[in-house]
Amino acid sequence: MIFAGIDIGSITAKAAIIKDNQLISTHVLFTGYNTLTASQKVFEELLSKVNISKNEVKTIISTGYGRNSVDFADKALTEIICHGAGAHFLNPEIRGIIDVGGQDSKAILLDNNGKVTNFSMNDKCAAGTGRFLEVMARALELDLDLLGEISLKADTPANISSICTVFAESEVISMIAKQEKRENIIAGIHESAAARIATLAAKIKIQEPVMMTGGVAKNIGMVKALENRLKCQILVTDSAQENGAIGAAVLASTL
Amino acid sequence: MNDKLVEKEKQKITSAKKMRDIMTTYYIDAMSAKENNKLVAWITSGGPVEPLIAMDIIPVYPENHGAMIGSSKMGEDLCMKAEDMGYSNDLCSYARTDISCAIVKGGPIGGLPEPDMLICCNNICGTVLKWYEIQARFFNVPLFIFDTPVCHTEFSPEIAKYVRTQIDEYIAFLEKVTKKSFDHDKMAEVGKISYQGQLLWQKVLNTTANRPSPMTAFDAFFFLALIVTLRGTMIAVDFYKELLLEMKERIKNGISIVPNEKYRLLWDNLPIWYQLKWLSSKFSDHDACLVADTYTSAWCSSLKYIDENDFLNSIAEGYTRIYLNIGVDQMADQVIEMIKFYNIDGFVMHSNRSCKPYSFGQLDIKRIVESKANIPVLMIEADMTDPRAFSQSQVETRIDAFMEIINQGK
Ligand code: SF4
Repeated sequence: MIFAGIDIGSITAKAAIIKDNQLISTHVLFTGYNTLTASQKVFEELLSKVNISKNEVKTIISTGYGRNSVDFADKALTEIICHGAGAHFLNPEIRGIIDVGGQDSKAILLDNNGKVTNFSMNDKCAAGTGRFLEVMARALELDLDLLGEISLKADTPANISSICTVFAESEVISMIAKQEKRENIIAGIHESAAARIATLAAKIKIQEPVMMTGGVAKNIGMVKALENRLKCQILVTDSAQENGAIGAAVLASTL
Repeated sequence: MNDKLVEKEKQKITSAKKMRDIMTTYYIDAMSAKENNKLVAWITSGGPVEPLIAMDIIPVYPENHGAMIGSSKMGEDLCMKAEDMGYSNDLCSYARTDISCAIVKGGPIGGLPEPDMLICCNNICGTVLKWYEIQARFFNVPLFIFDTPVCHTEFSPEIAKYVRTQIDEYIAFLEKVTKKSFDHDKMAEVGKISYQGQLLWQKVLNTTANRPSPMTAFDAFFFLALIVTLRGTMIAVDFYKELLLEMKERIKNGISIVPNEKYRLLWDNLPIWYQLKWLSSKFSDHDACLVADTYTSAWCSSLKYIDENDFLNSIAEGYTRIYLNIGVDQMADQVIEMIKFYNIDGFVMHSNRSCKPYSFGQLDIKRIVESKANIPVLMIEADMTDPRAFSQSQVETRIDAFMEIINQGK
């Protein structure tokens, strides 16, 4: 039997398909202005990629901040539960999840059945989210995807003291003016974001093994900075960004 | 009417209308105090109001007014006016709205009637001290400060003596301002009535221990107004008697407030006044009923220290040991007691940007509750009257996830 999960985030829309308990494929698109259109498009493109027709999909669960606008889904669930289910599906050992997406970052605690027992989220503040990194990449006139690799060359990470994204951006701009090395600035940005996220993890007393999910997990510099902060190894799968959609598909199969 | 509407009508609490009428009359009386040669005292919500009633002074509560401003979604504008005057946006939004309202006469009732005196009791917070000092200067009226030290662990003999002395000073202050002598017999009578009112309020709140619950904390937030503003009068006693009867009747007939009550939640901190409707339907969509809260019970939680036959002596302890004036461990104990009594499945904490004494120990209380009561706890950040501190989609995700966790655990 075939099940689908659709995760509409603030920046990207993700879809995943599961057949007979196996992950078949996933797909990612930019969300854009219209969340419903994005959800239809990401779903249809994924279906045609794997040659499955809509009628074959038994149940669909939507998640992400745009979850309630996906009118063709059978049910909407939050990212928290879906990331829990996704991580557990990919690796049943996982007890802690750090999910960093476009506008939210969260720490999630799982029990050994993959059920979420606790979570904490950033509040009304973009510090420590994908948006924070995006703003910084723009200030540095760099492609977001390059931040991770470049930061690995840093010798002494710059010290970014402002928590506020807007103030941190002006700090970065003045560092650029002082000709601070780019890699050091980026490493500093990662440390600043990691410090924010680590507080969320501490709030729920995160447990190992820890997996990082969400788009920001693709940034190796962020993962390293978090590993330093949390003093533990962090697992990242190839489908970290689609983890929420995978979880939604997993949960769809249990409905 | 179709079936759904009939069902909805049945679910409504009929006493609500009466309560609205009582509050209207109360504010009309207060507004026309001058014409009726009556004095008006502004008093903090947790202040000892009974001596005022005994002296026939009309008590007016800026905090109740703040709640009205919040519910009518006029908080943002009034807060900003106070900020224009130079007040920090970190200041409690009740203080901000009250200070600006005194000048612009805004809000749903065009401002409060001007005070002849101010009574400030700091058993709720330290903010009220400066707030009332500012208003005393603005209106040029006498201010009485009733100082209740925080009782972290016990009500020591030193505290007892210190607070008791102030009751005499309070009475002397009232005699001086009114130029009348204090009637102790009347006071004894008012004391008994106040005690009765609080007892009835407690009984009303207790009815929600029934499954399904006949009312929610959202209703309690509304019905609370009388025990705050008309405590010590027969109006409150009579009303709560009726309300209690209605609740018992609902229980008897199996009328629940949330149609399919599945989960029972406890609320902490002040309500988010401008979002009551949205929050209430959000929870009810999840078949969850907010059956109780730590806020409305604050007006009866120290009843055990009060002796109705020795009212003036015993209120020293009663007014000092209220929920916001005790240690975090004791607060957590009360929360855990409530969790047991009301059979609670989850605890929702409003981290309130305005109210520091209420929000300061919340993370500790959260940890204690999680470990001792073993139920999920949710923390949402907002402010009771200033909507700029509230973000709906973020709160929505948290509530949805919280309900999913409770549901998973069932
Ligand atoms: S700080 Fe809290 S207790 Fe003090 S007036 Fe404001 S809301 Fe009330």
